[in-house]
Amino acid sequence: MALPKYASPLEKIWHYAYLVICALIFFFLIAPIVVIIPLSFNPTNSFTFSPAMLSLDPDGYSLRWYDRLLTLGMSNGGAPRDASWWADAWNNSRWVNAAKNSIIIGVFSTIVATVLGTLAALGLSRPEMPFRRVIMAVLISPMIVPIIITATGLFFFYSNPCEPLGWFGFSGECGRLTSTYLGVVLAHATLGIPFVIITVTATLVGFDHSLSRAAASLGANPRTTFFRVTMPLIMPGVISGALFAFVTSFDEVVAVLLIAGPEQQTIPRQMWNGIREQISPSILAVATLLVIFSIALLTTVELLRRRSERLRGLSPG
Amino acid sequence: MSQALDPHAATVAKAAGVEPGPRLTTADGRPLTRALARSSRKARRRAFLLVLPLLLFILITFVVPIGQMLQRSVKNDGFSANMPQISAWFAENPRGTEPDEAAWAALAADLQQAARDRTIGIVGTRINYDMAGTRSLFTSAGRQARNGLEPPYRDAILDIDARWESPALWSIMREASSAYTANFYLAALDRTRNTQGDIVMAPSERQVYIMLFQRTFVMSAVITFMTFLLGFPVAHLLATLPLRKSNLLMIFVLLPFWTSLLVRTTSWMVLLQQQGVINDILVWLGIIGTGQRLQMIYNQTGTIIAMTHILLPFMILPLYSVMRTINPSYVRAARSLGATSWTAFRRIYFPQTLPGLGAGALLVFILAVGYYITPALVGGSSGQLISNMIAMHMMQTLNWSMAAALAALLLASVLLLYWVYDRLVGIDNLKLG
Repeated sequence: MALPKYASPLEKIWHYAYLVICALIFFFLIAPIVVIIPLSFNPTNSFTFSPAMLSLDPDGYSLRWYDRLLTLGMSNGGAPRDASWWADAWNNSRWVNAAKNSIIIGVFSTIVATVLGTLAALGLSRPEMPFRRVIMAVLISPMIVPIIITATGLFFFYSNPCEPLGWFGFSGECGRLTSTYLGVVLAHATLGIPFVIITVTATLVGFDHSLSRAAASLGANPRTTFFRVTMPLIMPGVISGALFAFVTSFDEVVAVLLIAGPEQQTIPRQMWNGIREQISPSILAVATLLVIFSIALLTTVELLRRRSERLRGLSPG
Repeated sequence: MSQALDPHAATVAKAAGVEPGPRLTTADGRPLTRALARSSRKARRRAFLLVLPLLLFILITFVVPIGQMLQRSVKNDGFSANMPQISAWFAENPRGTEPDEAAWAALAADLQQAARDRTIGIVGTRINYDMAGTRSLFTSAGRQARNGLEPPYRDAILDIDARWESPALWSIMREASSAYTANFYLAALDRTRNTQGDIVMAPSERQVYIMLFQRTFVMSAVITFMTFLLGFPVAHLLATLPLRKSNLLMIFVLLPFWTSLLVRTTSWMVLLQQQGVINDILVWLGIIGTGQRLQMIYNQTGTIIAMTHILLPFMILPLYSVMRTINPSYVRAARSLGATSWTAFRRIYFPQTLPGLGAGALLVFILAVGYYITPALVGGSSGQLISNMIAMHMMQTLNWSMAAALAALLLASVLLLYWVYDRLVGIDNLKLG
């Protein structure tokens, strides 16, 4: 924002003050995320910079807490690091197991959310869709309703999933979904769906329907039209929706606390336990890894967004 | 029929010298309007079929569970299902009836049966919600009644514990004797029923929920205002910079947005704690002494700082997208007509940002009202919100009906705000990054 030539001295002062204020706010936004990265290399059990760290002395930094991530829960963490040590880490380390659970649950819930959400977004963006507004409001509501309420409802539902059948006079007894992978996956898919719908419908706003009509007039059947014309065009929106859904699942802790069992320990839940019990710098090591992960995601989504805008002709290459 | 489609068709046809011939038909001879109606019906059905799988999915995994939760908030058969005889006695005799020998006999029989079925604990827990310390009353009475009591039952039960005579206990048992009750909502509003069955305020040491609802709304309002204060200048800067620069600066907004919530909360815990970085810097600068380190966490301050940081992107993004569309020549026109920069901002620029401001503020407020994780971790005891109380009843006291009633009240207020958001902003305009 350039200052106009006719600005008075007071306005000039105000303008620079405004820039300083903005810089401070940007600092407020980013500093908390950046500051934990060096702190995670702290060799001691404290959460502040030691004089050695401030003087950039290599001895002031260590990978101790990253090491702790692997060894926590291992049957023999002190053993020499050969193949059996790594096998032990892979099978027994609590954080490694949590990461495995997070990825399994995240991938499956993302698949469910993306497939169902993309289909629904295609339907919702057709002009002839009936009750569009109401249906959209219902489908977005898992994002708006506080997660603790959704989790509470799911807890009751999962304790006896057939109870609603009892309302219609059927026998209302069957197994439980609490403490199962299926239960967590379904819950996370529900939470991720609004993000898929929002991103895919946003891509479809600028969608040129004459392209699919052109394909049809050239003899393509609806399936070919979808896979060869529509799909490639909305792909960036679908992928960023899927990433949103994955991140939602990867970061979700409340539903997991209420409906999952110890078998379904995920990274956020492990972090939650760590923070609540005795916060140790190994939490910061996990946090640093997650920040790197989110930087990678952000970059992907930004690249996809630009690609989508270019594909749809919204902005020049 | 063809006239109905276009009222001027006849006039046009006449002017063109065309005789109004037979009705317009498709190639295979069907009337055009009917074919059109049919194909648009088909298109509607096809669109709906695309949405249907997801609609059913959300119905099963989201709407039905919420329905079950609402049912749970008015239904608790912990007492009525396991104490059928005394429940029947309550149903037959109006409020105020002194418990007669039939009542005591029914109570003795129920206690015996519940103890044999091992459900006495459930019964005691149910009564314990409304009257602390009564769970043991039931379990110990159950233990002694297991092998049957000798009549007169009144004396036999009072021999076990004289507290059984308390009118308050009988009043509470009467309330619990029907499976469906609004009492959990009364409790969620700090109300209770006295022995006459009238609704009165709960004893002052149990009045917590209204205060918590108030605190939740006040703190959400403060957080919304803080995000406005911090978000507005940043959004304005981003919207007025050239696209290349603003895309670069946007990373500062989007990176926190993409970073795990727990990570952001953890970093605030690290920064704000008494031995943390901020206190260290303040001490090092000599602003405070080592002994006066500030308590910035585990209280309301900590919750407000952390939540403002976490929700700030939700304010900046809608503000930014509206500010981008504002034409700068309006402000220039105002300046050229003699407005000072402040007047031009206040009268011309600011009103045009209101749609974005409304969208951002509503979104931040809605999200803040239901926040759980951050207050639970950095809130201490004074920074807890209503969600934390719901979680406490779900996980610690196991008073699920109470949790459901509180959740239903919170849900009602969130849905009201959601409705307002839809009317003012439209859900279609919800954008992410």
